[in-house]
Amino acid sequence: MKVNNCQVAIIGAGPSGLAVASELAKAGVDDIVVLDREANAGGIPRHCGHSPFGLREFHRILSGSEYARRLQRQAEDYGARVWTGATVTEIGANGKLTLSTDAGMQGLSAEKIVICTGNRETPRSARLVSGSRPLGIVTTGALQSMVYLKHRLPFKRPVIIGTELVSFSALLTCRHVGIKPVAMIDSNPWVTFWKAATLLPRLLGTRLLLNTSLEEIHGQERVDSVTIRNAAGKMETLACDGVIFSGNFVAESSLIRGSHLELDARSGGPIVDQYGRCSDMDYFACGNLLHPVDTAGWCWAEGMRTAAYVNASLGGELTQPDRMLEIESSSPSIKYFTPQRIALPERLADRKHPGLQIRFNDNFRGRISLQNDSVDLIGCNIRARPECRVLLPLPSGDRLSACRSLSLEFLPA
Amino acid sequence: MPDYSTSDSLPDTLYDVVIVGSGVVGCAMARRFALEGAKVLVLEKAVDILDGASKANSAILHTGFDAPAPGSQEHTCIVDGYNEYLEIHSRLNLPLLECGAMVLAWNEAEAGRLEQIMQDAHRNGVTAARIINTRQVLAKEPKLASSVVAALEVPGEFVIDPWSAPYAYLLQALENGASLARNCELLGGSFDGSEWTLETARGTLRSRQLINCCGLYGDLLNQKLIGQSEFEIRPRKGQFVVFDKSARSLVQSILLPVPTEVTKGIVVCPTIFGNLLVGPTAEEQHSRVDAGVDSAQLQALIERGNSILPALSQHAVTATYAGLRPATEHKDYQIQWYPERNYCCVGGIRSTGLSSALGIAAFVYRQYTDAGNRHAPLADYHWPQVNRIADPGARDWQQPGNGGIVCHCELVTRREISQALDGQIACHSLAGLKRRTRVTMGRCQGFYCSAELSELTQGKFPQPIGIPCK
Repeated sequence: MKVNNCQVAIIGAGPSGLAVASELAKAGVDDIVVLDREANAGGIPRHCGHSPFGLREFHRILSGSEYARRLQRQAEDYGARVWTGATVTEIGANGKLTLSTDAGMQGLSAEKIVICTGNRETPRSARLVSGSRPLGIVTTGALQSMVYLKHRLPFKRPVIIGTELVSFSALLTCRHVGIKPVAMIDSNPWVTFWKAATLLPRLLGTRLLLNTSLEEIHGQERVDSVTIRNAAGKMETLACDGVIFSGNFVAESSLIRGSHLELDARSGGPIVDQYGRCSDMDYFACGNLLHPVDTAGWCWAEGMRTAAYVNASLGGELTQPDRMLEIESSSPSIKYFTPQRIALPERLADRKHPGLQIRFNDNFRGRISLQNDSVDLIGCNIRARPECRVLLPLPSGDRLSACRSLSLEFLPA
Repeated sequence: MPDYSTSDSLPDTLYDVVIVGSGVVGCAMARRFALEGAKVLVLEKAVDILDGASKANSAILHTGFDAPAPGSQEHTCIVDGYNEYLEIHSRLNLPLLECGAMVLAWNEAEAGRLEQIMQDAHRNGVTAARIINTRQVLAKEPKLASSVVAALEVPGEFVIDPWSAPYAYLLQALENGASLARNCELLGGSFDGSEWTLETARGTLRSRQLINCCGLYGDLLNQKLIGQSEFEIRPRKGQFVVFDKSARSLVQSILLPVPTEVTKGIVVCPTIFGNLLVGPTAEEQHSRVDAGVDSAQLQALIERGNSILPALSQHAVTATYAGLRPATEHKDYQIQWYPERNYCCVGGIRSTGLSSALGIAAFVYRQYTDAGNRHAPLADYHWPQVNRIADPGARDWQQPGNGGIVCHCELVTRREISQALDGQIACHSLAGLKRRTRVTMGRCQGFYCSAELSELTQGKFPQPIGIPCK
């Protein structure tokens, strides 16, 4: 098997991966390879034909596809190599990757590897939805890549399941090509994304059905209808020719499952320290793989920070820690948090680090705190919503160094 | 030999044998008769093969240890089918997962019944079956719930690829002279004492012999052609949950429950593709087409799986599906000859068809020659090599010139897809493409590759994945 070498390999050329590449290359690291299994770089934004993207990164409003092109161009201009059509099939110890391209299987050996494989939506099957399994059932990602990259329509009158940001993105995608969604359906009594967003489906003639669950999908060859149930238990059959399962993002951690890296059962991504280092410290991770789901801009900014950590690690500034302090949590309201461990002593002080990124699994008000031996180190009152990040700054390195055990606790108001 | 396109009318030809239905039984039947030198045509009403009962099963290659007693059609066919699969699989490049099985007893009452199951197994020729105690079970399957009491170990139960196998049988039939017509329903027929005249959706055909391998429609075809049926199909739905590949390492072998009078029960089983399967349910129903899944049943399967393997609760569900078994009011297979009408019905092949298909074909061919029919067997026949889409074994993504990976979850290459779309027995539906290549059957269920597939399959499927924007 042919084996290639590079200094830093980045797996995934989405916003976070390309940000890591640009920033590292700019800092003078040569021999950076960004691998992407798709034919084109850019990650999820490349199939978002709509705006707004790029305000934070390029100070202007761009479509997702234009934003993706600019990110790639920037990384390449700084000297990183973007290698598309290359699927990493296995990650191993000592920075050894196995990949597959048109040329077959080959190896790639790198000093440091950054995993930026992002996230994807939960499909119908994992949601255990009842009914037949005809054509016309897609996720938003599948719909958008079909519409924007291949100019094809999977249906004309679908229903949209979910009211997250991406659900409205699905609505806009439909509108762009003349698909008229029949209804937007959410089992919650509220719109997950943003209250004012309820105006959009109304303007577009799409029924917004909250407090409503999808009971069954019908149709043999193609979807012909769905049965829904409202809060009062009343069943209704909606004629439609497709179902878009939107949101409910999960980490695309296929490479990590079954590898030597430790996986966090809560987030579905790898366990990392405050520098994004995995359990094998030759590996870093950043972006939506760690916290499904955040915006492209947030992932890009995290990529910029992670690049600095990778660089410090290459330069010998960020070395193996003396000890790892695991952050425990027994709170059932917390869906996940990242990082899950703190490397001590803190070798790099990063004032821009956002601290702990936390997701809750429902609407909550209360106090979130990081405790050492049941004593608050830092805490704040919060109002949490599902799919919205809550940030809790990390205490200083000195204070952390004095800690024996860390736990993240939430006390509902 | 021809795989007739799905639209043209068929030439009016006289065949030795027309086989109705291209499920696993029809495919194995075509292979047997073609290799024996008969002129064979397979009729299929769907646009693709394996589109009925054969599209969904547990993919186990059974030894027949728990089959009806020796002498039953089912036992005979399973034993012969099992042996023939082991004999031919490597020549067709078909995979075999030699994992073995265990019948698990979860209480003393069940443990008490293992002895009888073992004796039945020994009677059925599976002499290696033996009872092992809790400690031995847990040594072999350390992730099992520790409440397991004992088990019957059945080393010969294996797992195979449920679609590549019948596909390979039919491919070998075609490469050795058989013909296939899909999208070609058999509408009616009459027998004049020596030949059948068959009305199909695409013209009239003639055949000396007719073999009904219609699975879920076997009784209806009997009624249509010979005005009688010795059995009635009572479809029995089985739902399955497929767990993520990360769960595969939780088990070594196929985990079977102690069966009841009604059902063989819910199995936890590795798949040849590296997943873990839990199912099936057993639900009697009238519909011969409705293979829908039900949320509550799927949830119950997951809970059953978790109770057998507690660590399973940490693993995600990749897919859910349901299949329909063509059960009848009888316990045994319903392989019936009507020699005065040159007609054979292979019915009621309810849940062991994948294991027994090759045996059924040999069984039917023996009866066919016993009735005085003779052909000159092919002296030397061709062995096609099918694509290996299951690990272990050389996969296309490892080879040069594969065109790149399209389905990332299942590592399906552009070359494999183009072979399935344009090669022999080309698929004409997304379901057919999935069976041949496994596209969209992995973790993301099409999140990443649907768009690419909609383009690659443009113009190939009567039911397209997507239509071009105006």
